[in-house]
Amino acid sequence: MTEQSPPRWASETFWKKTAIWVTGGSFVLLVILSFDSMKQISAGGPRVPAYSVINKDVSYRFDKAKQRYQPTIGNDAPLFGKTLSEEEAEKLVDHGKKTVQAKNCMNCHTLLGNGAYFAPDLTKAWLDQGWGAKESREQMMVNFLLDPEKNARTYGSNRKMPNLDITPPEAEAIVAFLKWMSSIDTNGFPHNFIALGEEDK
Amino acid sequence: MTLQAYQEKAAACWAGCQQKHASLMANPNLSGGQKLAVHYFTVAMVLFMAQLLFGLLAGLQFIFPSFLYEILDFNVNRMVHINAMVVWMLYGFLGSVYWFLEDESGVEIVGLKWGQLAFWVLTGAVTIVVLVYLLIQIGSGTDTSLWLINEGREYIEAPRWADIGIVVVVLTFFYNVAATFAKGKWSGIAGVLTLDLVALAGLYLAGMFYVTNISVDQYWWWWVIHLWVEATWEVLVGCIMAWSLMKLLGVRRKVVQTWLYIEVALMFGSGILGLGHHYFWIGTPEYWFTIGGFFSALEPIPLVAMVVHSIYDAGAHKFKNSNHPALAWIIAHAFGNFLGAGVWGFMHTLPQINLYTHGTQWSASHGHLAFFGAYATINIAFFYLAAQQARGNVWMGGELVNGWRWKTAAVLLNLGVMGMTIALLIAGYEQSFIERAVEGSTWAGYFAAQNHPWFMQAMVWRMVFGLMTAAGGGLLFWDLLEIGKGEQRPAAVIDSEAVNP
Ligand code: HEM
Ligand code: HEM
Ligand SMILES: [Fe+2]
Repeated sequence: MTEQSPPRWASETFWKKTAIWVTGGSFVLLVILSFDSMKQISAGGPRVPAYSVINKDVSYRFDKAKQRYQPTIGNDAPLFGKTLSEEEAEKLVDHGKKTVQAKNCMNCHTLLGNGAYFAPDLTKAWLDQGWGAKESREQMMVNFLLDPEKNARTYGSNRKMPNLDITPPEAEAIVAFLKWMSSIDTNGFPHNFIALGEEDK
Repeated sequence: MTLQAYQEKAAACWAGCQQKHASLMANPNLSGGQKLAVHYFTVAMVLFMAQLLFGLLAGLQFIFPSFLYEILDFNVNRMVHINAMVVWMLYGFLGSVYWFLEDESGVEIVGLKWGQLAFWVLTGAVTIVVLVYLLIQIGSGTDTSLWLINEGREYIEAPRWADIGIVVVVLTFFYNVAATFAKGKWSGIAGVLTLDLVALAGLYLAGMFYVTNISVDQYWWWWVIHLWVEATWEVLVGCIMAWSLMKLLGVRRKVVQTWLYIEVALMFGSGILGLGHHYFWIGTPEYWFTIGGFFSALEPIPLVAMVVHSIYDAGAHKFKNSNHPALAWIIAHAFGNFLGAGVWGFMHTLPQINLYTHGTQWSASHGHLAFFGAYATINIAFFYLAAQQARGNVWMGGELVNGWRWKTAAVLLNLGVMGMTIALLIAGYEQSFIERAVEGSTWAGYFAAQNHPWFMQAMVWRMVFGLMTAAGGGLLFWDLLEIGKGEQRPAAVIDSEAVNP
């Protein structure tokens, strides 16, 4: 059989060049977008509040103009009654984040919707109505983390969080981390979530 | 069992392993690279079995929450399940490349000794990591825990010391590949493969640091996870497929290489910016809605192209080949990749639906079919190629002795995973509607969805099909150890004229 050379658009060299240009172009665009995203999601930037946000009241409300839910930052509401400086707040949240990783929370829960599906999402855990009242929330969360077995509210599922040997300072740090995380602007995820204290608004 | 009896058993087992190892090293049918590949494939199969076992344990805990409570908790079982998966697939890929490296380059592997050393180092490290996962499990909230026990980031939980070890091993692998091609022939496949490996290894670095800011953390975490499975792994598999189609069916090099470039262009062109479908809800800016939605919606196109390509080639060459199990698994790969990644991925990739499905059993449904369909299948195909060659390049086509075994294993595995996928899909729809749309994602809403009869039934069906999958896995293991033994007929010779135009 005699070889007929294929048309240009079906030739090996044409597609080789296309592959190189398309890959290079996409990657360059991704790098540019990543620089911009990093700027916008650094703590204290427009979308991710500074760690000292844990000194304030955080909530989650429907924004009529945007047609989606959005975090709101309110009046002073220091966590555990202590107003922290930016550095102190960062240190506390950092300890919380490290504990969340070391205890492998993400292989039962989701955080910002990523992780495992055996236990509830933690994105807005701080704002969940399950804690009953804003006044007792902090202490309830700490107690729960220290002894999840005894303080389990399994909602009839019998699924209990195991005791992870969390120490009292670690528990407070985790709560700080969760409060800070709940203030991140997640573009309206989760939708239709009614935060603690927003029931009749 | 007494301690002494246990020690005797362990010693006998070890002696058996050494004997198997000695006979492998003396096998005249395999080249140096292929012997190393068989090492990788063996560990891969063992880890695959571990993946299935721990998947079953985790799945059971949905139905019986107190099963192994505070002994092997769900997070431990799940971590071992998905880590075993990532590692066995990487072992399979490394093995596959070592398998065809000499054939493709035309020379012996440069630095094979280093490759062998790297294999033992990696396997030792994996063993230690798994033992620490199972026996120590978690640590206190300090850097030491992240360095020594586990990093607590899904899929890349391996502690930092192991990360560094993995990078060193991968660099050794990369040296073997690049130096061998450099000494021998640089084919089109070689070029794509080498560049892809640089990207694959480089991306791992994006997952190797700690940050407080969880939005930044997840931003780079997705670089590793997404840009692996939806870009670099797909292209690596494209290279493996290209070589396999030449070998198994005798497709011409010019044809497969042109297709490979087309697939690279389409895959990277959609998959790199398709990364944005993970940046809808983690704090990242709104422009990712448009970019992520648009480019990820294009990702199924290369997967359709791959199906067309492989079916066309198989048809054009009249399915003539003498390794039916491998060909069957390659067909399963083409369809599985398209269905699991392409169709299942597409269904939840636009932000308008992902707002409700994000982080539900919907994701688990897609994750199972995509990883199995795209990556388990192609690895299994390669295990069969290796088994054939190791047993003296014997006939593995029609009328195979004990041919029921590979067929049954394939049916059980594919049906099992498909069944689990459908069960999880039902659970995912139910969860999206009840927890998300109706209940507004509160904890009470989460449990309302988890306790719903539809959800509980789906969990039972997942276990039924999970057991089917595990049975298929066990049968596959047995078959790979036995297939082709005692077969006298030689494999048909593929027209070498066609292979090297
Ligand atoms: C072989 C290729 C693929 C594999 C192995 C794969 C695997 C996965 C896995 C395991 C997850 C869950 C991640 C987690 O644990 O949080 C996931 C998420 C996702 N995948 Fe894929 N995927 C593939 C291809 C695709 C494609 C081609 C698309 C789109 C067309 C897609 C769309 C998505 C989306 C939108 C999510 C996010 C789900 C969520 O919001 O929870 N995937 N993928
Ligand atoms: C014996 C059969 C199996 C069972 C019972 C099983 C069970 C499970 C369970 C319970 C989870 C945790 C899901 C959750 O967080 O709610 C999981 C996750 C996962 N499994 Fe399996 N599995 C099996 C086989 C497989 C196979 C064959 C693969 C792929 C080759 C696979 C890939 C995955 C992936 C990628 C995830 C993470 C999904 C995500 O995060 O979205 N599993 N599996
Ligand atoms: Fe993705």
